[in-house]
Amino acid sequence: MWLIILYIFLGIGVFFNCLGSVGLLRFPDVYTRLHAATKATTFGSIFTSLAVIAYSFSRWNACGDSKFRVLALHTIVALVCLVITNPTGAHAIARAAHRSGIMPKQAVIDELKEAKLK
Amino acid sequence: MNEFFKIFIIPGGLLLLFMFLSLIRLILGPTTPDRIVALDTINTLVVAGMILVGAAYEEVIYIDVAIVYALLSYIGTLYVAKYLEGEAKK
Repeated sequence: MWLIILYIFLGIGVFFNCLGSVGLLRFPDVYTRLHAATKATTFGSIFTSLAVIAYSFSRWNACGDSKFRVLALHTIVALVCLVITNPTGAHAIARAAHRSGIMPKQAVIDELKEAKLK
Repeated sequence: MNEFFKIFIIPGGLLLLFMFLSLIRLILGPTTPDRIVALDTINTLVVAGMILVGAAYEEVIYIDVAIVYALLSYIGTLYVAKYLEGEAKK
């Protein structure tokens, strides 16, 4: 039963990580690349970590070894660190890219620049 | 090796493949922020891969390394982004 959940979580995680790195290659400018790569790889990493958490909880139920409890707990801490730091880093990159003068390709309006002119 | 070794090491190998795909963008990215985005993607994939490898070998210390790597790569990304911003103001 939990093995099926494990396979589903791992499949979703690997698929979205694949989409993130393919989107990094396919999109035209830095903002769309950031959009694809950050969102998709964060989502995929959440699901691979959830697979590890499900695995260690089930092994802990099965054999009662406290090693698996520690494994689950540390994986949860790593997951929280990843979820908090990843969008913040993406925000910093996008802000730095806009401040260093890179415009989006085929941009119709740039409201951030117009707001700064006032 | 237990019977769950392959379940976790095969997705780890797939993540390594995606790291190489991102490395292509890091090599031929036309501007500097493109390269930073590729590096950030590689960092996230490395953290996910470390967690998978730690589960495959059932070693808790690998997960601790993943936590420290996640925080340090975040600091590195912020530092490079700050540097780009300061460079633009001059």
